[in-house]
Amino acid sequence: MDFHAEIGESPAVALQDAVALISDFPALAGLDLTVARGEIIMLTGPNGAGKTTLLRVCAGLTPLARGNGQVMGADIATGREEVRRRVGMVAHSNGLYDELTVRENLEFWGALIGAGDDEVRQAMSMMGLDGRLATVPVRGLSAGQRRRTAFAILVVRRAGLWLLDEPHAGLDSNARDEVDEILKHAASSGATVMLSSHEHDRAQKLATREVRLAGGVVVGDGQ
Amino acid sequence: MSSPNRLRVAQIVFAKDLRIERRSKVLTSQIMPFAVVTLVLFAFALDGDVILQRTAPGLVWLAMLFSSMIIVQRSFAVETADGALDALRVAGADMSAVFLGKWLALVVQLLLLELVLLVGAVVMYGIELRGSGIVLLVTSSISATCGLSAVSTIYAGLASGVRGRESLLPLLVLPVASPVLIGATRAAEASFGTGGTVTSEGWPWLGVLSVFAVVFGFGGSLAFGPLIDD
Repeated sequence: MDFHAEIGESPAVALQDAVALISDFPALAGLDLTVARGEIIMLTGPNGAGKTTLLRVCAGLTPLARGNGQVMGADIATGREEVRRRVGMVAHSNGLYDELTVRENLEFWGALIGAGDDEVRQAMSMMGLDGRLATVPVRGLSAGQRRRTAFAILVVRRAGLWLLDEPHAGLDSNARDEVDEILKHAASSGATVMLSSHEHDRAQKLATREVRLAGGVVVGDGQ
Repeated sequence: MSSPNRLRVAQIVFAKDLRIERRSKVLTSQIMPFAVVTLVLFAFALDGDVILQRTAPGLVWLAMLFSSMIIVQRSFAVETADGALDALRVAGADMSAVFLGKWLALVVQLLLLELVLLVGAVVMYGIELRGSGIVLLVTSSISATCGLSAVSTIYAGLASGVRGRESLLPLLVLPVASPVLIGATRAAEASFGTGGTVTSEGWPWLGVLSVFAVVFGFGGSLAFGPLIDD
């Protein structure tokens, strides 16, 4: 699987003195962070620590009020469109169309970037969505299957950086383990994964590195 | 893998929207019955053939305007229900192409609705279509629908991230769409010959409707992306 390998060896994320405002409140308050390619970074911290804002900044959805940064080799201030093409984000919602089947959803997102049937088939197979599930309308899927479909879209889009906001939320224990396996597989295939979570135990099992945030800055960074 | 051009993206979004509509059948099972019931209620309220025939073009376009608000809400509800609009932004989709696709899908749905309303008006209000007015009626209806759809798509996108968007959208769209209501009604009156009008009186209104559609269609394709982003 090729997750934008052409970008080279630049860090997946490099932020310096990043300040981002949410309604004039500094949700990020001078944050510095560098993420190497292929890492699985778990962002932890209390509510309001800045985890979601950090993910949105990396996705090019929230602009920086101060500081600078590069994501997947593109400047987030001047190359926002380039950043967006190289990253994928799954927040609390999955970005799916309920009336369309799993295959139709993937074909839609694939068609937007010019991906063909082969890429769609490959992603469905990688996420275990081939067979009967492919023709099921998304509204009929379980929460875990919906999450897998959302991840399959990231694979179709060849997103080099996966930004996941609470990807385990609303899932049962089996589905959570399934998510962990998918993320490990994605990272071993060349993707970089950055996810937020409140669960320290899971962080230790899954992540290659845990970054703890509080008040919009990094207060702990460990392997 | 090469990125598709703007027209191809618009075509993909257009096909997706119509496919969702075909599956959900919201237009045929909810909105068309609502529009027809509105026409029936107008008939009850203005009981009398002469008044109904005189006011029929305005009533049809009022019913159209109210019903269109539901279709527009629905068009963007599918984008926001599971965060697809945000996902489109993150995917780097060309938002002017997204606007174009959603706009055209809306035009198709509203034209179908208009057909039902016109047939309903002919049957219930007893209006008669003159042969000389058919071209004016068709062209003015298409122009008015394009304009109304463009305005609605712009504002629905703008309101999509706001709480209370269901009540906010009509407040934003209806005042701006009033030239469409006026122009389309006058053109329809000229097509039907209502109140002694002649067909030639409707052509200037077609011009107004066309300019409106072009301005909001062009403006929308430029403004949609920045509006959604900010």
